Amino acid sequence: MAASDLRTHHYDVVVIGAGGAGLRAAIEASAQQAKVALVCKSLLGKAHTVMAEGGAAAALGNVMGEDNWRVHFRDTMRGGKMHNNWRMAQIHAQEAPDRIRELEAWGALFDRTPDGRINQRPFGGHTYSRLAHVGDRTGLEMIRVLQDKGVHAGLDVHMECTIVRLFVVGGRVAGALGYFRETGRFVLFRAGAIVLATGGIGKAWQITSNSWEYTGDGHALAYEAGAELIDMEFVQFHPTGMVWPPGVRGILVTEGVRGEGGVLKNAAGERFMFRYMPEMFKGDFAESEAEADAWVKGERKKNRRPPELLTRDVVSKAITREIAEGRGTPHGGVFLDIASKQSPEYIKQKLPSMYHQFKELAHIDITKDAMEIGPTTHYVMGGVKVDAETQESTVSGLFAVGEVGGGMHGANRLGGNSLSDLLVFGRRAGLHAAAKRGPPPSFPDAEVEATMRDALAPFEHEGGENPFGVQAALQAVMQRNAGIIRDQKGLETALSELEGLKGRARKVGITGSREYNPGWHTAIDLRSLLIVSEATARAALERTESRGAHTRSDYPDSDERQAREQIVIKKEGDRMAVRREAQPPLPADLMKLVKEGA
Amino acid sequence: MAGAEQRRFRLFRGTREGGELKEYQVAAGEGWVVLDAVHAIQAEQAPDLAVRWNCKAGKCGSCSAEINGKPRLMCMTRMSDYPADEPITVMPMKAFPVIKDLVTDVSWNYEVAKRIPAFQPRAPDNADGTWRMYQYEVERPQEFRKCIECFLCQDVCHVLRTHGKHDAFMGPAMLVRAAVYEMHPLDKAERHEHLRREGGIGYCNITKCCTEVCPESITITDNAIIPLKERVVDAHYDPLAALWRRLTAR
Repeated sequence: MAASDLRTHHYDVVVIGAGGAGLRAAIEASAQQAKVALVCKSLLGKAHTVMAEGGAAAALGNVMGEDNWRVHFRDTMRGGKMHNNWRMAQIHAQEAPDRIRELEAWGALFDRTPDGRINQRPFGGHTYSRLAHVGDRTGLEMIRVLQDKGVHAGLDVHMECTIVRLFVVGGRVAGALGYFRETGRFVLFRAGAIVLATGGIGKAWQITSNSWEYTGDGHALAYEAGAELIDMEFVQFHPTGMVWPPGVRGILVTEGVRGEGGVLKNAAGERFMFRYMPEMFKGDFAESEAEADAWVKGERKKNRRPPELLTRDVVSKAITREIAEGRGTPHGGVFLDIASKQSPEYIKQKLPSMYHQFKELAHIDITKDAMEIGPTTHYVMGGVKVDAETQESTVSGLFAVGEVGGGMHGANRLGGNSLSDLLVFGRRAGLHAAAKRGPPPSFPDAEVEATMRDALAPFEHEGGENPFGVQAALQAVMQRNAGIIRDQKGLETALSELEGLKGRARKVGITGSREYNPGWHTAIDLRSLLIVSEATARAALERTESRGAHTRSDYPDSDERQAREQIVIKKEGDRMAVRREAQPPLPADLMKLVKEGA
Repeated sequence: MAGAEQRRFRLFRGTREGGELKEYQVAAGEGWVVLDAVHAIQAEQAPDLAVRWNCKAGKCGSCSAEINGKPRLMCMTRMSDYPADEPITVMPMKAFPVIKDLVTDVSWNYEVAKRIPAFQPRAPDNADGTWRMYQYEVERPQEFRKCIECFLCQDVCHVLRTHGKHDAFMGPAMLVRAAVYEMHPLDKAERHEHLRREGGIGYCNITKCCTEVCPESITITDNAIIPLKERVVDAHYDPLAALWRRLTAR
């Protein structure tokens, strides 16, 4: 490991991750005249944001003029089961419309209303039609617009580069070490401001809508750097993933299907969601099929929304219960039917990629037949604890934004609030990271050398276990014991099994060269996966109630005393320390708004 | 595994310096796509087998390869479409240099994209800084925005694939990218000169191979390239049109 093996770059701001949040942050920092590096694990434009389908939530009020930020804020807090960082939810609701309009000024082509404005579609948990969208490929549109904007802004993009460690000196971030997949060579970025925008942790479960990249790298980097993680028990299981054939299990089916009128039915043909209305939302949703159908047909003033548009946590649990009680389909799902509610032309226009996906992968024509769906791991609400205004973590100069940031979505994220989150807080993170620029503190070469040696260790373990086997074992543990329904015994089992997997992960062996070697990449990703899995299991064990996406069969009810309590995770020596911390209460006016309506 | 059947694969293993087809056996499950089999081989037999993938749902355009000679996405190619008693051959895209195994160096595309003149909107229509656009206006460029940048159209284009004119022709994928803005209702930037000179749009002789391989079914030749060719011709070779433009300052 000669010094010649290492390339070094100096930047004002380094952004790790090039999805919507990372791109938006990098564009903003660059607009502040900072020298910016954008580092991404895949090729530019392939990040998980392209998978976002339904739309971006913003109270533009184009379709229903009654909408405004107050209603959006209220929906977000109620959807998050009052656990959200209220200030983030407020900033998000207030700034999202400007961020969407800005995207249009940069070239985005949203679907239109008849009078030529940005069209908005209804979605789960949103009182009014609120999601700016492009058919069912909104995320792809967003990525492409931001990608073009960023490229023309002169960002330095370092593609297929994975960061393995952050350097922190005296509580201040100082740099990051990574390797290029193509060559296996290391690269050191020295910078006084680093933005984590690495997305989520879904690859820790077997059934997931997430790609290979989603191994919780940013969460783990921040944790190792001494930052605090919050809300790690809140993992969103999206109600509608494909269940058949087995090769495609987990692939996302957009909530837009339900937004456009799709209904959920069990194997007996019963439209079961009417039976699962939570107390909090009673009166907000249709009580009969006739009322729900009238709403879908466009009579939205007199009728209420279908119960299929309840929040994701509620719908996922309902589906899980239907299946557990024997009313599931032969392949272990339930039916999602839009064919009987909308014309084939309408379905193909509004949901083109869903039509394509089912036709190609399952040989099912969704304009004629129902889809078989079931819950799939989708999104982590938890993440790095950040300041609501700046997105700065508890480590000076280290920012976190998008899915890797915590707090905004509370115990359950509303569909459509992620794309707008990326834009609103991406911009803020870029702005404040640029303001934080300055010469980074220096750190000893020996630390860099040690990190490189450690990363290369799997090549020394001749005959060591295959890393893919360990990854599969970890996914099985989390699926079985830290999935949609949890209990104390299962979570304790998960923790003890993860302990065993840590030992196995340390001894995995790699064959072949350092050039584009997925075995080696997996060996390194395993370290992040182990940290986020343990954090999730520990936080889930600590929260002795059910709230939003976190469901304990041994504590099935919500406990109001824990509503605003946060589980905080921090590295202390070699130990993962867990503690509870009370969140500041909502100001009286916002509390009144949530309780009494906007 | 329930419903598993033994299938044979021949995968390219090698680097920039060269390589060979290697044969693998895999127990394939029901409904598997080619990418599932490649992953199974990677996990159980060849952990250093290089392959790009992300979404596994045909939305990111990472897993492009040549399957039995046809440019396709591995994640959207079902194994049941091929005879069970014959091996399936997977090669990297031919129009780009191999990095390793099924992974190619597609960085050239990013360099070309960078040089396409950026989107430039007209002044806002309304005092609040917004524009009015109608659905029929946005649908045309929206077709091109479906592009997932898989570069399969670049791979099949004979100007790049056979003749290696990467320095003279931007290729169908990048013409689609330019078409997004050229046909954007708000855009007022000038790209004709770029398309004609650096883009080499004249190299395309509309054989429509690109349209055939597009996994997003974008009508690349008819809807993107031919209209762009017409605009370039109008701008540069039609004296009346050129004079009209000058007079009306368009």
